[in-house]
Amino acid sequence: MKKRFKIEVDCANCAAKMEEAVKKIDGVSDANVNFMTQKMKIEADDGRFDAIMDEVEKACKKVEPDCQIFR
Amino acid sequence: MKKSTLSKAQRRERTRIVSALVIYLVLVIGEHVLDRMGMLNGILANQWIQMIPYLVPYFIVGGSVVKNALIGIRHLQMFDESFLMFLATIGAFAVGENSEACAVMLFYQVGEFFQDYAVNKSRGSIKDLMEIAPEYANLLHEDGSIETIDPDDVEIGNILVIRPGEKIPVDGVVEEGESLVNTAALTGESVPRTVRKNDEILSGCVNGEGTLRIRASKEYEDSTVSRILEMVEDATSKKSRTENFITRFARWYTPIVVFGALALAIIPSIVVGHPLTWIYRACTFLVISCPCALVLAVPLSFFGGIGAASREGVLVKGSNYLELMSQLDTVVSDKTGTLTKGEFTVTKVVPANNASEADVLRTAAAAEGLSTHPIAVSIRRAAGKAGKAGAVTGYESVENVSGRGLLAKTENGLVAVGNAKMMREQNIAFTEESDDASTIVYVARDGKYLGAIFISDTVKEEAADAIADMKRAGVRQVVMLTGDREAVGQAVGSRLGIDTTCAELLPDGKVAKVEELLQQESGTKRKLAFIGDGINDAPVLARADVGIAMGSLGSDAAIEAADIVIMDDKLKRIPLVIRIARKTVAIANENIVFAIGVKLLILALGAVGLAGMWAAVFADVGVAMICIINSMRMLNRNSFRL
Repeated sequence: MKKRFKIEVDCANCAAKMEEAVKKIDGVSDANVNFMTQKMKIEADDGRFDAIMDEVEKACKKVEPDCQIFR
Repeated sequence: MKKSTLSKAQRRERTRIVSALVIYLVLVIGEHVLDRMGMLNGILANQWIQMIPYLVPYFIVGGSVVKNALIGIRHLQMFDESFLMFLATIGAFAVGENSEACAVMLFYQVGEFFQDYAVNKSRGSIKDLMEIAPEYANLLHEDGSIETIDPDDVEIGNILVIRPGEKIPVDGVVEEGESLVNTAALTGESVPRTVRKNDEILSGCVNGEGTLRIRASKEYEDSTVSRILEMVEDATSKKSRTENFITRFARWYTPIVVFGALALAIIPSIVVGHPLTWIYRACTFLVISCPCALVLAVPLSFFGGIGAASREGVLVKGSNYLELMSQLDTVVSDKTGTLTKGEFTVTKVVPANNASEADVLRTAAAAEGLSTHPIAVSIRRAAGKAGKAGAVTGYESVENVSGRGLLAKTENGLVAVGNAKMMREQNIAFTEESDDASTIVYVARDGKYLGAIFISDTVKEEAADAIADMKRAGVRQVVMLTGDREAVGQAVGSRLGIDTTCAELLPDGKVAKVEELLQQESGTKRKLAFIGDGINDAPVLARADVGIAMGSLGSDAAIEAADIVIMDDKLKRIPLVIRIARKTVAIANENIVFAIGVKLLILALGAVGLAGMWAAVFADVGVAMICIINSMRMLNRNSFRL
């Protein structure tokens, strides 16, 4: 399943690091964090999507405590 | 309602910066006065006690940075911007540069504030260019009442009312009313288009003066407007090579500079002494090591380029394609429907034996009757234009002579319409004409030759100009591929200024030809684009470095297959995109060279003590600001138009 989320992240490098971190999460087949449009695209297993999103959020907060993901 | 330019968080940030700045100034002046009076060392003898007052503005303005830095330490994010700033300022405090430590944090936050503001601004102005999303739809109920609903809630078959000046929310068909609609947001074409009952209408267009009623034919998410928005948003995700390079660079740059700082703090201190000096210099390194300006500079330029292109009615489906367009060397184009209009037109009539042109056309048209063959259609159209209403009469009976033409019995006699073979077989004395680019139809009535009609696919008027313009924009060769006869291909090719024409190609022949051209370019930086109408050239579109589909607004297959979509069918958009691409890449490169250059320069100066922390903060946030401003040049239309 592919889903798109609005995000808030202030620095371009953090966005790049978030993308990298999210891609490493188990169950995420593809991820894209777009600093310019402030959107995050996650492609992940259907069944565990919500659980994966929790992990995504945790990983992003780790990289950039100020970031927000609107789910 | 006027939109506030600052968000709530930004206003809070501004208050924090201003209050910290005031306190900071009071402290600096206070310290100076006390120093003048010779009392400083008396009252505040200890360096650590002198530091305490400066911690107040430091925490007011930099509290969030410190907090993030501490969180970062817990998560082992050692190369985080906050952490680096925190470390650098702590270092400055440690060596007794209290006011400087505080000022650097202040300046850093001011810079971040402006950077944030500028990015938001530019994001906003680029989004405005693509502001085609409808905000609401007026649903007409059966009882005549009108309800304003979200475009997402429109169902197929709903009747919607479009008032003057409103955006069309979903694709549909006009049920009632007539109006001029502005398609500029979709096609970049500024001349409005007239729509009447039963015309198709695309979402994202802006209604003119008339009120329209339309029947929704697609839901919002399948409508043109939402598909386009999604594509443009995804476009910046497909990263250009430059962007990937800079992301990789940043990954190495920060750790290297941080270790450089560590080395600078330790090694010279041991070798030459004065550890405080070296620690201070190491702190400037830490400030410069933040990679944000670099990472921001490139995507911002490409975002601007993609925005500029969509304003001209060109959808670029990825930053990488814009980058490839800037290296365009060969343009391969399909003929029919791309360089030509794809419809047959009578270009010339040569009457004989005292017949008039109109006579020839009308006679032929009568014989062709209701045939749907493209040639018949073109003759009927020409006859209709040639004159006198009612002149075209039908036939009584018609005989199709395969590979020759047809014989029709009309009110005015037996008419033969066909090629030269037909004339010879009918024993009609005629003048054989020759024209490589045309199909020639001979017309005779009751055995008497009336004349010849020249029919050809008409070349788009702007095609020759567009090709010349592509060459001016840096394209080295233009190749035309066609399934048409060699003679026709060559004639069109030479008229348009095409370098190489390859005719009589079957669809897989086109792929083979493109492969062959790609082979010649492989390993070089020269790229190849294929232009097609997207109807049956999807394999070639996919094979080329950049596939450009023309005139494909509303054609899903073409939008899927192509990398760049020209929404109207204007060839002149292609040289424009090449220029936009070149400018985008130039700006991105300028930004990279500038950002890396300034950082390295300040690093070098910082190492020998010629650049202090102030300069370092400039190298971080100041450079980012300048890159943003530079990228905004993309929004200036005149710079890439002729």
